[in-house]
Amino acid sequence: MNWLSQVVAVTGVTLRSIPQRLGSATVAVIGIAGVVIVFTAVLSIAEGFRAAMMGTGDPQTVIVLRAGSDTEMTSGFSDEHVKLISEAPGIEQGPNGPHASPELFVIVGHPLKRSGTDANVPLRGVSVGALQVRPGLKIVEGRMFQPGTNEIIVGRAASRQFAGLSVGTSVRWGEGSWQVVGIFDTGGSVAESEIWSDAKVLQPAYRRGNSYQSVYLRLDSPDSLQKLKDALTIDPRLNVTVIREPDYYQQQSRVLQSIIRTIGFAIAALMGLGAVFGAVNTMYSAVASRTREIATLRALGFGRSPVVVSVLIESLVLSLVGGAIGGLLAWAAFDGYQTATMNWQSFSQVAFAFAVTPALLMRGLIYAAVMGLVGGLLPAIRAARLPVVTALREL
Amino acid sequence: MKYLPLVWRNLMRRKIRTIFTILSILIAFVLFGALMAIRAAFSLGVEVAGADRLMMIHKVSIIQLLPKSYSERIRATEGVTDLSHANWFGAYYQDPNTGFFANMAVDPESWLRMYPEYVVPDDQKKTWLANRSGAIIGIDTARKFKWKVGDRIPLISPIYRKPDGTPWEFTVDGIYDSPLKGADKTQFFFHWEYLNETFRNSGYFNGQVGWYVFRVADPATSDVLAKRIDVMFANSPAETKTATEKAFVSDFAKQIGDIGAIMMAIAAIVMFFILFVAGNAMSQSIRERTNELGVLKTLGFGDGQVLSLVLLESCVIAIVGGGLGLLIAWVIVAQGDPTNGMLPSFIFPVRDLVVGMALVLALGLGTGLLPAFQASRLKIVDALRRTG
Repeated sequence: MNWLSQVVAVTGVTLRSIPQRLGSATVAVIGIAGVVIVFTAVLSIAEGFRAAMMGTGDPQTVIVLRAGSDTEMTSGFSDEHVKLISEAPGIEQGPNGPHASPELFVIVGHPLKRSGTDANVPLRGVSVGALQVRPGLKIVEGRMFQPGTNEIIVGRAASRQFAGLSVGTSVRWGEGSWQVVGIFDTGGSVAESEIWSDAKVLQPAYRRGNSYQSVYLRLDSPDSLQKLKDALTIDPRLNVTVIREPDYYQQQSRVLQSIIRTIGFAIAALMGLGAVFGAVNTMYSAVASRTREIATLRALGFGRSPVVVSVLIESLVLSLVGGAIGGLLAWAAFDGYQTATMNWQSFSQVAFAFAVTPALLMRGLIYAAVMGLVGGLLPAIRAARLPVVTALREL
Repeated sequence: MKYLPLVWRNLMRRKIRTIFTILSILIAFVLFGALMAIRAAFSLGVEVAGADRLMMIHKVSIIQLLPKSYSERIRATEGVTDLSHANWFGAYYQDPNTGFFANMAVDPESWLRMYPEYVVPDDQKKTWLANRSGAIIGIDTARKFKWKVGDRIPLISPIYRKPDGTPWEFTVDGIYDSPLKGADKTQFFFHWEYLNETFRNSGYFNGQVGWYVFRVADPATSDVLAKRIDVMFANSPAETKTATEKAFVSDFAKQIGDIGAIMMAIAAIVMFFILFVAGNAMSQSIRERTNELGVLKTLGFGDGQVLSLVLLESCVIAIVGGGLGLLIAWVIVAQGDPTNGMLPSFIFPVRDLVVGMALVLALGLGTGLLPAFQASRLKIVDALRRTG
């Protein structure tokens, strides 16, 4: 018999004997499943957050900020600056002039639904061009606000996470009262966490005079960025940073993502170690309970390496079953779970949904396989080294 | 005690199993410790927030400023014994990725009075109070950036840009430490007047303050007092929101999300799975020796003795694994914040340590109890007949 058919034969025997050791096999499967649940769950938070931040990416939309500002929150432009920026080349033109929206980005203390306590809710003051620079935005309920009034529209995620923000209600922030007249959808991106009002109405409410914080522009083609950048940097009256929308939001999510990933990977690594130790025990006892069987196979002329491979495959199969169960449970329990957190970089709330993606499930399975192989290695070697004669004598 | 050698022998019978069981328990408790530290860190020091301190911010949002003129009216309010204020400066050192630390412009004298938990040597304090461009920094930040007293530190604040575009320059006049466990020792405080003399009557700042903090004579009446003060400023251009420092910190922590609950859930899952696997191995090793226990009984060991012998064995495993695990967790947490400044109070709370120890004991007793009970109830004849 050649090596391969030996492996197939021994592995067949091994796998068919699993039902006799159902108890300890189940323990191993459960251990691995637990690790994969936690691994998948924690990383689905990072994944969902990333999806919300990156979903904002339209490479044809650019954001202009004051040079040196890495968030809209700390940027600022006067009226004249805004005019200069909107007149730059490379911007898409419509019947009413360039597609540009000078905006204000502030926060407002408004209660979270889940706790009833105030959170920093992002409030954006936009201009008439806001819808042209964001072609992906749809009003899904109600209507757009009337410019010049105290009307607001609310992102779909914001209306889900924050209290009392449905069409027809009105909210009080400080001295001013605002009417919710519409809900908008941007396909789950970060903009859905925001509340929008007319920038001109927001300026006096936040004592911003005639100033804005950022200018959103729609490029006439995705390649016009350089043309626009050159024109704006050459202008001695301006001192700006120009950045594509997806790049901006990627930057904005950096800190939080790295925190979640650091914590997530550390937890998963430690848990994995724990599960490997558990798997080692399981496989050792599997080998121990099959001592005579393995010795018989060896006496019949099967080589050492097919025995090693068969034990490894058993361990692999058990861990993959565990990984699949864990991944499915995590998917069932967490995928799409809606929540909101504070994005430390913009100091405001971002709503997002946990995302258990196929790639993440795949990583969970790979991780399970690694745990299984590592856990099975020592016991496999032990199995191969069993002295045939004494082992046959064992009860 | 005299049975310890017997327990030891039993444990050493299958060395590998014992070692791996201990190791997986160890890992479970390292994780427990780490998760509890993360949970405590995300509660942002709510445990150390002063119960007798109230905070007051702009009602609409924390980014809006309050008039300086409010200080006189607050100070004059009955029940307020001391008052200070601060502005969030949001600056970074060199570039935004060098690591986060909170920096704020404060009223120096009253600030140190308000936070007696920040301890500065007297001579350093004196220098700082006299030096308008001086700063007091937390010992953790001093260590992280290797700053010493006397160093000149340039900081760049995207919120408060100097009109000429250059970085702000501060002299480190003092370094504060704190005897209070969990206190934030990363902050950077400098004179509000320094900001004011650069920006007087201009721009966003305009001589205003970010938030007020004041001490109350009787913490029991905090809520009533907070309401009274908010009413005082109602219908003014800058309405206010006042609450205890604890409430602010805990609301802020809630904004991040229920990290506490998530960490507890993970800890529970982890503990359940790892301990399930470990506990199973422990019970199995006892079941395998049923006929040996029969031999012990034949030799005259009573039911109680067999019971305690088995329990002792499982407790030894749990205590060795769990104890070492908690110890390692303690050492890891003592290394400090793993996120480069985002979680300043990274500690292993004593309460959680006690809970951990209780869990260790529960594990030892829990995994040993069923097999121990079965073993003690064994009839000698049956036990001897069993082959394991």
